[in-house]
Amino acid sequence: MMTDHQKDRVLVVLQLSGGNDALNTIVPYTNPLYMDNRPVVRIDPEQVLPIDDSIGFNPAMAPLKALWDEGQMAIIQGIGYPHPNRSHFRSMDIWHTCEPDKVGDEGWLGRAIRDLDPNKENVLTGVNFGRGLPRALAAPGVPVASVGDLETYGVLTGIEGADQRSEALELFSKMYAPLVGRSLVKEYISQTGSDALGGADILSTAPQKYASSVTYGSNTVSQYMRNIAQVYLAELGTRVLYTTAPYNSFDTHASELATHTRLWREVSGAVSDFYQDLKAHDASDNVVLLMFTEFGRRVHDNGSGTDHGSGGIAFVIGDAIQGGLYGEYPSLDPSQLLEGDLHYNNDFRGTYATLLERWLGLDAKPIVGGSFEQLDFIS
Amino acid sequence: MADNDIALMAHLMRRAGFGAPYEALQAWAAKGYEAAVEELLHPKNQPDGIDMDVMERYFIEWRELLAGGTAYWTWRMINSQRPLEEKIALFWHGILCTGHTKCENPRQQLVEFDMFRRLGLGSFRDILLEISRDPAMVFYLDNCMSHKDAINENYGRELLELFSMGVGMDGHPNYTEDDVKACARAFTGWTITNAIPRYPYGRYSSRFIYNAADHDDGEKTFLGETGRFNGEDIINIIVKQPATARFISRHLYNFFIADDVQVPAWQDTPPPDPEAIRMLEEAYFASNYEIRAMLRVLFNADFFKKARFTKVKSPVETVVGTMRLVGDFTTPKPGLPEIVAEMRYMGQELANPPTVEGWHTGKEWLDSGTLVERINFTADQVGNVNLPGVRAIIDRLASEGPTLSAERLVQGCLELLGHYELPEDTFNMLVAHAQKDGELRTDAENFSRRVAQMLQLIVATQEYLFA
Repeated sequence: MMTDHQKDRVLVVLQLSGGNDALNTIVPYTNPLYMDNRPVVRIDPEQVLPIDDSIGFNPAMAPLKALWDEGQMAIIQGIGYPHPNRSHFRSMDIWHTCEPDKVGDEGWLGRAIRDLDPNKENVLTGVNFGRGLPRALAAPGVPVASVGDLETYGVLTGIEGADQRSEALELFSKMYAPLVGRSLVKEYISQTGSDALGGADILSTAPQKYASSVTYGSNTVSQYMRNIAQVYLAELGTRVLYTTAPYNSFDTHASELATHTRLWREVSGAVSDFYQDLKAHDASDNVVLLMFTEFGRRVHDNGSGTDHGSGGIAFVIGDAIQGGLYGEYPSLDPSQLLEGDLHYNNDFRGTYATLLERWLGLDAKPIVGGSFEQLDFIS
Repeated sequence: MADNDIALMAHLMRRAGFGAPYEALQAWAAKGYEAAVEELLHPKNQPDGIDMDVMERYFIEWRELLAGGTAYWTWRMINSQRPLEEKIALFWHGILCTGHTKCENPRQQLVEFDMFRRLGLGSFRDILLEISRDPAMVFYLDNCMSHKDAINENYGRELLELFSMGVGMDGHPNYTEDDVKACARAFTGWTITNAIPRYPYGRYSSRFIYNAADHDDGEKTFLGETGRFNGEDIINIIVKQPATARFISRHLYNFFIADDVQVPAWQDTPPPDPEAIRMLEEAYFASNYEIRAMLRVLFNADFFKKARFTKVKSPVETVVGTMRLVGDFTTPKPGLPEIVAEMRYMGQELANPPTVEGWHTGKEWLDSGTLVERINFTADQVGNVNLPGVRAIIDRLASEGPTLSAERLVQGCLELLGHYELPEDTFNMLVAHAQKDGELRTDAENFSRRVAQMLQLIVATQEYLFA
């Protein structure tokens, strides 16, 4: 079901850092090559939650399977880009900047935020939950709040005493009042500081406005998804919300089965709770969630885990999504591999373009740097 | 001792090291400026003050874990009595980049950082030679995959593009693709031994090994010279080039004097201070490529002494500088990894620059996320009256008399933080803020609080972002 209010549409992005193992996420559980290649690190076919008779969900993902069953999940198989890069930083950079061949410093969402709010009317058009600012959200002059802890977020939080603090903040806003005519650097810093302060002020109102019957998990992803719900439901005009699963957590070179299971249990719970929360507030039709990772992992396990590979999986979830399988499940046949790893069959920039154009109503080409084949997962 | 001597020394210590508390600045200033510079330039003449035997008993992870290596380096930067040794290692780490994400054994990088400490002030020729033989670098830039009959150009290219000459100078390219290929050919055979595999006994290091059988010793033409060049020959040709002198001088300028444009723009953008660059280039050649000699010219030059607050502090400078100021982590205690993580949140992860190009510096350190991180972190630290460095500032101000005027409070804090300067309107705002709470008696119970809060407000200013 689609809303008429184009301007209200929101994109949430959950980054799974570390390189999620696609083969153990959407499992080709009847493929003998899967058994051969995963003597140790494999999901028991009996435990898999089937999608059809060739692929199924990792059993830890039961809450997400429920979303799939309701037709609200698009699974984008074999997503990637040419000349796959197996460095976490480089590959994640590529996903963030849409620049596979050179080091870019502008993120696709930074550009999107700039296009969504060209006159900078709302410093909270884009909000990140986590420490530091992912490059995906970075673009010169585009303010993006980066919130480590929503309950305590603010500038100069170390100043004790409510009165002292509010005086300090008043001073801060004067010191960072936008100036023209000083150096470019000073102007930039003034703008950045005053945007940060303005954003912090408004964000601090979000937790008080929030009431919910949903109890999220205590893990980091769940808490950040809860924060995202709080900010979205506070109706601050935020259009892009971003968070990252803890630093490199999906990088399962060793002890994968235990770790991967726990991670997906946490993520599935987080996303499912998030959607339940939105539905309970009758506010789920405006939100689409993208879950992605920087690369898939090797076909063959290393005895305890898997190493960096390519050809991963992304998920797009929401009421407005045309649920189903998109792209193709990459072949495990050795002759079909790319540089020894699963061969991607659709470019991630096509998925980005689909979200940018068909969901957010923006011109995708300048943002993703070209024309890429879009997918039909937005109904 | 003149205030401006201390101010100058504060500037020198921020640039050649990571800053110093006021008492230390006075001690340095007492030596005299040139003598202080010489002492900095000869780190081996004094002990570093770090008892590794004791430290490793507390920090066993320094030897064992990935995170331990960066914690170790952070500890050294905070505590070493050889500030320039650590600063120059950071300088080289930002140019001759490797990253732990592509490193079989993270301890391998520690070997590399040690080499930067050992050789970083020496001959650039020696540095290039050693980095070409460094196992972490050989692996990082795939030179172990470069073979006589199938070269891998990665190291050959980056050696020219990022580590020595740069793509171009004064609008002209410095080398051609053929030069890159010749360079790569010359370095075939420069490889590493297979380390003992990680499982099941842990990580073992590789060593450099020269495999003559895999070396292409055919004739090559490189930068106009022809011969059966090996890696050393290539390096000898590279260090002679004016482009190398320029590139290194410009990097030293960007790191020690003032923020330049980003490196990719250097081919077509002239240096901000051509005369300064010329002096450094001259020193480069006159001293047979010695970094120490170049820095001697640099630190003693007027263009350096006048370049106050012309650089945005890097995250490392912000965090380490703050730790040195407040006097924390001088004795072993838990919490060091969190300090290291702060640098990452601010955009600079030690041992892991985003790419082989290193970090984007200057204003690019700052965005709406990192700006808030910096201000909050620094304000939290200087607001803690229990930290020795903060207590020292408070006590010093308390000793000035029974009361302190608001102006003297602000001015005193600025001096004791390291002779920072504020524009008049900001200064007046802080004075007005201090006056709100009435007379400042140094024996009052809230004196410490009021001083600490002024420190917090100062470190939140724009000016404090600069070194």
